[in-house]
Amino acid sequence: MKLFEYMGKEIFAGYGIKTPRGRMVQTPDEAAAAAAEIGGTVVVKSQVLSGKRGKAGGIKFADNPDQAKQAASEILAMTVQGLKVDCLLVEEKIKIDREFYLAITIDGAAKCPVLIASARGGMDIEEVPEEFIVKQHIDICLEVQPYLAREVSRRLGLSGALAKEMARLLPTLYKIFREKDAELVEINPLVISGEGFIAADAKVIVDEDALYRQKDIPYVEDRTAIEKQAHDLGLAFVELDGNIAVMANGAGMSMGTLDTLQHYGGKPANFLDAGGGTGMEGTARALELLLATKPKVIIINIFGGITRCDDVANAFVQVKKARGIPVPVVIRLVGTNEKEGVQILQENGIEAYRIMHEAAAKAVELAQE
Amino acid sequence: MAIIIDENTNVIVQGMTGNQGAFHTRRMLAYGTRIVGGVSPGKGGQSLDGVPVYDTVFAAVEADRVDASVLFIPAPLAKDAAFEAIDAGVKTVVIVTEHIPVHDAMEIVALARRRGATIIGPNTFGIVSSGKCKIGIPPNQFFVPGPVGVVARSGTLTYEIVGNLTANGFGQSTVVGLGGDRVNGLTFVDVLKMFEQDPETRAVILVGEIGGNAEEEAAVFIKTMTKPVIAYIAGKSAPPGKRMGHAGAIIERGKGTFDGKVKVLQEAGAAVATLPFDVPGILKEML
Repeated sequence: MKLFEYMGKEIFAGYGIKTPRGRMVQTPDEAAAAAAEIGGTVVVKSQVLSGKRGKAGGIKFADNPDQAKQAASEILAMTVQGLKVDCLLVEEKIKIDREFYLAITIDGAAKCPVLIASARGGMDIEEVPEEFIVKQHIDICLEVQPYLAREVSRRLGLSGALAKEMARLLPTLYKIFREKDAELVEINPLVISGEGFIAADAKVIVDEDALYRQKDIPYVEDRTAIEKQAHDLGLAFVELDGNIAVMANGAGMSMGTLDTLQHYGGKPANFLDAGGGTGMEGTARALELLLATKPKVIIINIFGGITRCDDVANAFVQVKKARGIPVPVVIRLVGTNEKEGVQILQENGIEAYRIMHEAAAKAVELAQE
Repeated sequence: MAIIIDENTNVIVQGMTGNQGAFHTRRMLAYGTRIVGGVSPGKGGQSLDGVPVYDTVFAAVEADRVDASVLFIPAPLAKDAAFEAIDAGVKTVVIVTEHIPVHDAMEIVALARRRGATIIGPNTFGIVSSGKCKIGIPPNQFFVPGPVGVVARSGTLTYEIVGNLTANGFGQSTVVGLGGDRVNGLTFVDVLKMFEQDPETRAVILVGEIGGNAEEEAAVFIKTMTKPVIAYIAGKSAPPGKRMGHAGAIIERGKGTFDGKVKVLQEAGAAVATLPFDVPGILKEML
């Protein structure tokens, strides 16, 4: 779950990392008041869950409260990278001597945290040449000790007061990373302003699976309405732009189903992993959700391991009887209690497929009629 | 032979008396897995289908030799349970649980490294050495002995492919589920190395998906392998930036794409199947 910049900065500030003086606001009047309180030139920054805000016009400078009000009303009226702007961060304009990049994230291949730093901050780290990037894996049992900060400083070419600052900053950033169950904590740019570092931006991504123990982090919605509905039902759902609604069990199987449809020239309307152990109720809810997207065809692809084919068949028949299913449905059922499931469908006039690609081809054919 | 587990592997089930734990314990017993105990705190002294239940892993280890443990434990408690198994000296720990916080997964994997334990998962269907031992949740009937090693990131897709193999007369030596999360105990490379050494395995199927760089790293090792490798990568049609069910299945900043993975795998000499059902046909030409 991505956090807004202002939320990230609140966390940073709470751990003693220096951030520009500023305030989150939601209206032009509030922006003017914040600018008056901060004094001098301020920056008005759109708060959206996307990078490259500056290029999109989502960051403006203002020399006085009137200008801040004007900038705020302009930014609140725009979309940044296709995202609506609901709130702004108004903060002091800081003096920039140099810009660094600093982040801690998870290296899935190395199975441990990795610290990434560069003396070339301020731009997308993906655009910084490899030789200017410092990467240091962190042993989760050792954590970030002073020696690691010394090594990172050495590789960044920092010495004296700044190296000392880095020795304070790195363990703090790591502490945030660990204590907030972060997948990413990123400061870009980390600004050298006079004697010390200031976090001029903050990007924090929190592990959704750990939200149950991160009670003080507010939920930040980053899904479409229907994706949210699916999430609340406990289904993994991604909206796509085709006309064949898909339900399968398991993430890999769901992806495989989309790929097979596409292979035959079909256009999937969604990704839906109904889960490995989908029971009757779950199946029925998933079906209701798919129907709400008004597809041309629905394909259900089940390889029953924990999932029982008779549960899926019963759920389908139940939904069909209760509300009617106005579009053609192709069902493929294999695995646990397959015979029972197929029979239930037959009794209700539906022929189930055994072979996945035959079912996919049929769904594509129906969608093209 | 097989890899990691075989007919002599003694297994305990952590969380055996819960719904999932009990259900899958019975399925594993039906497959022939040697389950020597279960662990459910506060339920010590009970039994399930003749299998004794202990309060702690240490108690189970005192009572019998324990080679492997499988966890049917809710995500918030999984780290403690995995630590317990590793600390008690269990060398193979299979973590079926999904939605374990990734920081917990990193801690589990780090401890396992220090103690020389193998972690399978989290968020895995488990591991099956066909005809010998099943640890985890796959449907029993599709797993029959034979010469094909399978290593995969996802569950049902693996059943699909293993089902197709079995229907075409190809049994499996061992089928390993790495897990669908971002941090897993084993990588493709770890398992490919074992298959390369295993005399029973004559060909390997790699079931990958978009996201991360596990397949790219696998490709580097595949170049050095003597045994044929067939890969299937799920997620060709997945849009970038969207998490496709698995925490790890996401194309981020242009990395982990289908095309990129297929290219490096082919360059490494692996055959890449377009659809899951193409796998047996390709295998027939190779064996």
